[in-house]
Amino acid sequence: MKRIIYREWRIPPARYWGLLGILASVVVIGALAFAYMEHEGHWVTGMSNSVVWGTPHVFAVFLIISASGALNIASIGTVFRKPLYKPLGRLSGLLSAALLMGGLLVLVLDLGRPERLVVAMTTYNFRSIFAWNIFLYSGFMAIVIAYLWSMADRHGEPYNRPIGILATFWRLALTTGTGAIFGFLVARQAYDAAILAPMFVVMSFAYGLAIFMLVMMFTFTEEGRPIGERILCRLKNLLGIFILGVFYFTLVYHLTKLYGAKNHDLVGWLLLDGGIYTFMFWVGWVLVGGLMPLGIIYHPVLSKDRTWIAAACGLVIVGGLASMYVIIIGSQAYPMQMFPGHTVLASGFFDGVQGEASRYSPTIPEVLLGLGGVAIALLITSVGVRVLQFLPESLADDVLPVDEEKIVEQGPAGAKA
Amino acid sequence: MKDHHEPTDPTDAGPADSGRRAFMGVAAGITAAVVAPGVVLHSVTAAPRSEAVTSDVRWGLLIDTAKCVDGCSACVDACDRENGLNLQNKPASASQEHWDDQKAVWIRKVQLQDNQTGRVTNLPLMCQHCEHPPCVDVCPTGASFKRADGIVMVDRHTCIGCRYCMMACPYKARSFIHKAVEDQLTRVPRGKGCVESCNLCVHRRDFGEDSTACVDACREAGHEAIVFGDLKDPESSIRKHLAEMASRQIREDLSLNTGVRYSGI
Repeated sequence: MKRIIYREWRIPPARYWGLLGILASVVVIGALAFAYMEHEGHWVTGMSNSVVWGTPHVFAVFLIISASGALNIASIGTVFRKPLYKPLGRLSGLLSAALLMGGLLVLVLDLGRPERLVVAMTTYNFRSIFAWNIFLYSGFMAIVIAYLWSMADRHGEPYNRPIGILATFWRLALTTGTGAIFGFLVARQAYDAAILAPMFVVMSFAYGLAIFMLVMMFTFTEEGRPIGERILCRLKNLLGIFILGVFYFTLVYHLTKLYGAKNHDLVGWLLLDGGIYTFMFWVGWVLVGGLMPLGIIYHPVLSKDRTWIAAACGLVIVGGLASMYVIIIGSQAYPMQMFPGHTVLASGFFDGVQGEASRYSPTIPEVLLGLGGVAIALLITSVGVRVLQFLPESLADDVLPVDEEKIVEQGPAGAKA
Repeated sequence: MKDHHEPTDPTDAGPADSGRRAFMGVAAGITAAVVAPGVVLHSVTAAPRSEAVTSDVRWGLLIDTAKCVDGCSACVDACDRENGLNLQNKPASASQEHWDDQKAVWIRKVQLQDNQTGRVTNLPLMCQHCEHPPCVDVCPTGASFKRADGIVMVDRHTCIGCRYCMMACPYKARSFIHKAVEDQLTRVPRGKGCVESCNLCVHRRDFGEDSTACVDACREAGHEAIVFGDLKDPESSIRKHLAEMASRQIREDLSLNTGVRYSGI
């Protein structure tokens, strides 16, 4: 094992500025979309009094839980003492903070009164999970910055593990809190399930890792830094396990719902005749986000090909956005069950007349605002790796520390070697 | 040391001073004569507002669905007029369908059919003014609040427009103001980007009136399907009705102890 050297990302300036220009353009377009929606009001969006959280929330929640998941690699290295992952801890922390920033910006800019953010930061109702989350998010940002310092500065080294442990627990609380925003809403049938909180934790593992792997592969390949088979194989297998975890929770979520007879209609609608939401569930969430990447990851040939691994990561991200769309929008579109045993024949407020779901079509500004959040996360990451030493020079097999398992197999002598 | 605020001896005052004092006295008298009745009148009118709301009362509604007539929208129309909801204008570029999904609605008529018996019921549905309102629990800034007299409403100065209360309301009773409102009523201020819902005509409460716009309209239409009153007062009309007829809450399973009760569903 050699000493790990971290170095700034030194791709050619033209390429770097070109990349930055593209990302900045998307950010500016997102900002213009926000300005348009803020000026005109939410009537220019597809959101309504029935579907009150739209596409910006899909992006925001996806980015926020991915931020938590992106910190996985740092946690595994520090908290679980896996030296193999340690060299990637810095990138993991940076990406985590950047994704959180992107997600929070989208969330804040989608408020009806975004200029009252100061009210949200100074006036709290501590019964609200939303208010707790403000602390969880801001605390997470502070902890990740301290974590990065402990990884990068020699003086911070002694604090690295304690901060790492705190960061791990904090991010689990953060994702649980985000899941609980939905999981404890008794009003809506699809949400009234505490399992959403742990499901969001597992989803965060998968989506965060997929984004991390793509960013890692892109930054390393662009500059010609080597990535060894060992680390890639480990990350790929980890992604496979996380995808299986998402499947497990998805299955349990639906089985839990089916166990209550009152929810049969909901599950039937979602899985069989929910239109776009059924499509998003089977094609987006299950096929694109689960079965296809699993097929690649466990394929004897494709799993060796880096392009295919990157494709698997991309599919997980697309599937993740689809799953958020189903969870956030589908659950709102399904009519609220206010009168069990009755059919609504007419209503002046679209109370699911004849069981009909609420309408929602995302508008372009909503999508652009969401993409702006993604772009800002990538912009922060790009600038970060360019100006500071976040990326190790090499992830080649012979540079990385020995696997834990080998240390055990070879005994103390092997460990010394 | 001489106190600078020591009053001067009145005997020192010269003729000029006494003239000025006389003028001041007349001016003060005229001013008092002109302004005082206004002050008194104002203070008398505003008296109810100066008193803190107490939990000695709990306002509520009882809706007798047997009397709620199919096709009648008197309560909805009256609510719209009373609270300025009729002043909302559809943007020229918005489709009617889109606008119907987005405009604020505080009270709506719902028609139900019993799946077993086929019996059809009509009822008005609005904020249920829960004793334990989920919207208040989830509001991050505390903008969604419950008054001591049981009225659940939104403080539009601290509402940040996050719409979490709308996600949490089991009655879909809240509306988000999707666009700027040009014309509005001073008694019901309305701001783009905030959430609002039925407030049991709180302005009437604060001026001591004893009904709501929907109740009045229903009575005028000859149906008397809605009764308003103090749920804590055993002598109130609403309590007497509740004692006489079977009633229920919508989504009783949530144990929210709603202030709005229904009979006949």
